[in-house]
Amino acid sequence: MKIVVCVSHVPDSAAKINIGADEKNIDQNGVSFILNPYDEFALEEALKIKDSIGADVVLVSVGGDEVKETIRKGLAMGADSGILLKTNAFRDSISTAKLIAEEIKLQEANLVFLGKQSIDGDNGIVGQLVAEILGFNSVSVAVSFNLNGNKIVAEREIEGGREVVETSLPAVITAQKGLNDPRYASLKGIMAAKKKVIDEKEVTVSEIGVELIRLKKPAQKQAGKILGKDSSAIPELVRLLKEEAKVI
Amino acid sequence: MSNKILVFVEQRNGEIKKSSLEAVKAGSLFAEQLGISSEAVVIGNEITNLNSISNYGISNITHLKSADLALYSTTGYAQTLSEYAKEVNADLLFFANSSMAKDLAPHIAIQLDTSLAMDCVELNIQNGEIIATRPIYGGKALAEVKLTKSTKIFTIRPNTFPLGEGNGTNAEVKIKEILNVNLATKVTELKQNNDKIDVAEASIIVSGGRGLQAADNFAMLEELAKIMNGAVGASRAAVDAGWRPHGDQVGQTGKTVSPNLYIAVGISGAIQHLAGMRSSKYIVAINKDSEAPIFAAADYGIAGDAFEIVPKLIEELKK
Repeated sequence: MKIVVCVSHVPDSAAKINIGADEKNIDQNGVSFILNPYDEFALEEALKIKDSIGADVVLVSVGGDEVKETIRKGLAMGADSGILLKTNAFRDSISTAKLIAEEIKLQEANLVFLGKQSIDGDNGIVGQLVAEILGFNSVSVAVSFNLNGNKIVAEREIEGGREVVETSLPAVITAQKGLNDPRYASLKGIMAAKKKVIDEKEVTVSEIGVELIRLKKPAQKQAGKILGKDSSAIPELVRLLKEEAKVI
Repeated sequence: MSNKILVFVEQRNGEIKKSSLEAVKAGSLFAEQLGISSEAVVIGNEITNLNSISNYGISNITHLKSADLALYSTTGYAQTLSEYAKEVNADLLFFANSSMAKDLAPHIAIQLDTSLAMDCVELNIQNGEIIATRPIYGGKALAEVKLTKSTKIFTIRPNTFPLGEGNGTNAEVKIKEILNVNLATKVTELKQNNDKIDVAEASIIVSGGRGLQAADNFAMLEELAKIMNGAVGASRAAVDAGWRPHGDQVGQTGKTVSPNLYIAVGISGAIQHLAGMRSSKYIVAINKDSEAPIFAAADYGIAGDAFEIVPKLIEELKK
């Protein structure tokens, strides 16, 4: 069985984000990049299947040369090989999904995992797009996953609860925190990753359906009033919430 | 030039969701501004409060009905909605940015060859086109985008178009029976806590962080939230400590929220947390450390002990 896991290379959640002078890109100065946190859950789920019934786990990522560093992290966790779909062109979710779908077809994989969203673009839709392009089934935001032959029973997180979803292979699953506990890369894994192959393929981005007008910073609030140091400030707080903010 | 706005209205357990009514309100508002027609469409079986939709400006309501569609099905809902959108020639589709819409909208986007903008916090019209603003990097930046395909999907973050008072119109609901539902992927069971308001939808959130010290201490936040009809959220530190479920986490790797009021208790204000709640309309911080970064993001703060302040605040609000 071959499983594709899609990974993305994103700014650390602790990073400050500044907008570049062109207002189209972020200023990457001083920003450290990480493997998208949700992708760790996606990869762990694939590795669990590899551990139990055996599978060839292939990482797929889209972007420039710098993405190889993130693919290496996935290889160190235990993936077998990696593919970099190489492009520096501006992409929207749909053009990214088309590139990934094309590669999944070539790989002849019938199970695909992704993180439920990348913490840069925050659309949270690439997995579902890939599924629809390929005609695969999909479960997004999975917090549990069970594969039995061709049958899938998964749970997805919804507002205030969960849905139990039944479907079958071929399928695309997007992983939410809570799906599993991702393993750490062992020293042996890190050494082994250096020898694993990352196949680089130049790709061309198809038509884009989203025009980025500009990036901007959210409006900064003026620092608020500290009303006091103990509960004596409460009547004033309640008054402000009622009369000034009018939110209670 | 656009032709028609179709608003997808979501139901769970046969009840229309409030965030969907906000999307209805936005849909009718933009249809009016663009001088085009609008329609609300609900997919499900028995639905109790269908008429609530007509309170918010749209009087054209269609219920796509089947027993097979009572619970959500990715394949069934996508097929049903795509076919209906084509039938009525809708080229602008509005959704509330809910977990259902996030699952459904991308499937529709491929089926109808649309552009899409997820989780919009602002929509404006420029030269007859909708310009959407959406948070990226967990809310640390905003992107203004224009969708360029002829059919477009917008999902709107809850609390972006506050409902206010409805106008109480009664609309006629058109019912269309749906046959041959594709149930390749289907929900077989809903495990939902109906008393619980989700942080992504709440208009008031009381969140706790490391300063709460233990899971049990969230009981006072539960009480505070209950008085105000709000939800309880948590910082990543509180979730990682196992005090709260991940579904409650607010921040870049949890939920990004825009309530009317956000009360941060014992939360220092890490950058990834601030990103996820900064767009709240009013922020209150309660924290012992008067130097904590959360105070810079807050409108009102009390630099004191949460264990003294929260019970007194509950008392004051009960008066």
